Amino acid sequence: MAEAPFGLLAELTHRCPLQCGYCSNPLELVRRDAELSTEDWRRVFDQARALGALQIHLSGGEPLLRPDLPELVAHANSLGCYVNLVTSGVGLSRDRLRSLASLGVDHVQLSLQDATRAGNDRIAGIKAFDRKVEAASHVLDEGLPLTVNTVLHRQNLDNVAGIIAMAERMGAERLELANTQYYGWALRNRAVLLPTREQLAAADPVVAAAQERLRGRMEIVYVIADYHEAHPKPCMYGWGARQLTVAPNGDVLPCPAATVISSLEIENVRDSSLHDIWHHSPSFNAFRGFEWMKDPCRSCPRKEVDFGGCRCQAFQLTGDAAATDPVCSLSPDRSTVDLILETEMAPAELPVMAMRKMR
Amino acid sequence: MTVALDAVPRIRRGVKCTYDQIREAHVVLFPEGVLVLNETAASVVALCDGVRSIGDIAVALADEYAGVEPGDVAELVARMVERRVVDVHG
Ligand code: SF4
Ligand code: SF4
Repeated sequence: MAEAPFGLLAELTHRCPLQCGYCSNPLELVRRDAELSTEDWRRVFDQARALGALQIHLSGGEPLLRPDLPELVAHANSLGCYVNLVTSGVGLSRDRLRSLASLGVDHVQLSLQDATRAGNDRIAGIKAFDRKVEAASHVLDEGLPLTVNTVLHRQNLDNVAGIIAMAERMGAERLELANTQYYGWALRNRAVLLPTREQLAAADPVVAAAQERLRGRMEIVYVIADYHEAHPKPCMYGWGARQLTVAPNGDVLPCPAATVISSLEIENVRDSSLHDIWHHSPSFNAFRGFEWMKDPCRSCPRKEVDFGGCRCQAFQLTGDAAATDPVCSLSPDRSTVDLILETEMAPAELPVMAMRKMR
Repeated sequence: MTVALDAVPRIRRGVKCTYDQIREAHVVLFPEGVLVLNETAASVVALCDGVRSIGDIAVALADEYAGVEPGDVAELVARMVERRVVDVHG
């Protein structure tokens, strides 16, 4: 049997006031009328806890758009889980936060699109910056730990020093600077988002210096831009190893991006229990361990570290989810990535970002 | 890193210590993840109250666990500091 998961990522809704063009939600967003009910989510939390999950990440879209959020927070808390609220900050008034904190939110993860109001709001597609700053101050006043999350790409990478300064001003204990990963929306907008080598080279020392300067005060987690690397980033702790994701409609995913693998048969909490899905479903077992690997991964010592890279990326760029992640320099498909870098990093004219919207 | 014997460790804000019935183990929950603790580690973490020093914790544990040295406690606390579960003052 697989080991028990530690965390549940509960995507309560795909609805969101923001329209970030790199959103990690799938292109095909779940509509409101297809969302799980409060009862369903309570059952999902019960099953996740019984399976071993100890952290529940309440995410979206924007989880604040679910009117039953307080009830779901209280329920997750009553199970003894660590409750993490992942939010854009839009709609997080002082009263709302106070009430959610009293019901059991343990930690708030707040997205920040860019260092400045203008930059932030351009990327978010709405005026959100001031509300984020206010939300951060409410989190601090409530005495909750705050993580600020910024997705990095061509449009904001040059401002990384400003983003770090902003997170400091907001009082974050942690800052996650994650270079864009290209699935779904981000893949569609890749040509606008791919940073140049020069941008990355300039950002690296800035981040490293800030990590050093802020040691013990604000932890900075930096996620690499994998297209530009010789080795892929590790897939979590391996596929189906630590965490599971439940989408707004109840689809259970081994990883948040897994819907991009169209050959994967996805189960739903309306039909099966999380226990059965975690332990017995073909989707969760598809890439567990090392047996599924082909060469070069199969005989590569790095497989223990990176698990052959990202299955979603392998599928999207090669059509085979069991292939070596094509960003790996040992992959026979690395030329695909190099070609993308060559053509998309220096386009004659930058295309326009497709804003995330429900159809 | 090393932690001095008179340093006073405290569980960080936003970190929860609890017992997991499913794994039948003490665990610490924090924003980045979950740590499963063995018996000794759980006892040490439970005493990181912002009042007791490393030395005090070693004394308090001596009854329960024969042969606990302050150095062992310091080492364990250092690991917990690295994982951002506790911080130390003094
Ligand atoms: S398959 Fe890819 S997207 Fe999914 S968790 Fe692994 S690395 Fe991330
Ligand atoms: S060949 Fe596979 S295991 Fe080896 S570094 Fe590349 S992706 Fe990782």
